[in-house]
Amino acid sequence: MNGLLLQAGSVVALLVLGYLFGRLAEKRHYRRIIAREAQMQTLPVVASRYPPEDRPYQQQLVTGSVVIASDYFKAFLAGLINIFGGRVTPFESMLDRARREALLRMKEEALTLKASHVFNIKFDNTRIATGKVEAMEVLAYGTAMIPAVETGESVHEV
Amino acid sequence: MLVSNLEFLPGRTVVRHLGLVQGSSVRSKHVGRDIAASLKNFFGGELRGYTELLSDSRDEATERMLAQAQSLGANAVLNVRYSTSSIAAGAAEIFVYGTAVELAD
Repeated sequence: MNGLLLQAGSVVALLVLGYLFGRLAEKRHYRRIIAREAQMQTLPVVASRYPPEDRPYQQQLVTGSVVIASDYFKAFLAGLINIFGGRVTPFESMLDRARREALLRMKEEALTLKASHVFNIKFDNTRIATGKVEAMEVLAYGTAMIPAVETGESVHEV
Repeated sequence: MLVSNLEFLPGRTVVRHLGLVQGSSVRSKHVGRDIAASLKNFFGGELRGYTELLSDSRDEATERMLAQAQSLGANAVLNVRYSTSSIAAGAAEIFVYGTAVELAD
């Protein structure tokens, strides 16, 4: 009987801890994401396969990735939602964060290359499970278009 | 070597098409990392160890693909795609593929 109480107690403690820490981490992460997105707004990211031809560009593949884990509370809540079905909102926000983070990391790489656009964006998600760990990897990649340095007064035709 | 996930390059012409090139890498993390990650699983957030692992693994796969392209005499790989799959507990395969071509200067 005592053992059972202890077990229930530890589950409740983990739920509370998971909820508090998870929420705090999520709030902080969203604040960081929004600030960085505003900062990097000048770099357009395009899902088109057809690159601009207005002037010569150098191209380079850029990637950004993140592995994100759910917290205990989210996992528990998702388990409950699973019984009745419907939108699993705790995981939606988690994946949204991961995807935006991956995109931001890719943009950071593109900006250090002085790119003006990133074309043909692709996303790739993979579930990473090691038995004890449940996590998702989100990868964002695309082609950074780097305007070639202009040597003369006019833009050279290629 | 030019690597791009676009299908063509404006202003450059492809002289030779050298076929598909690919590279892959399967990696796993040591147990210590797995334990650290499982703790992190309670509180949520990024698993930095795994992010690094997969990113290193992706670099390795890309290098292998580029080595293959180089041996074919290519100077660019176009239409590159990444694919990741978790193949067993704690191991992930990263696969990169693209079309090796020779571009005119």
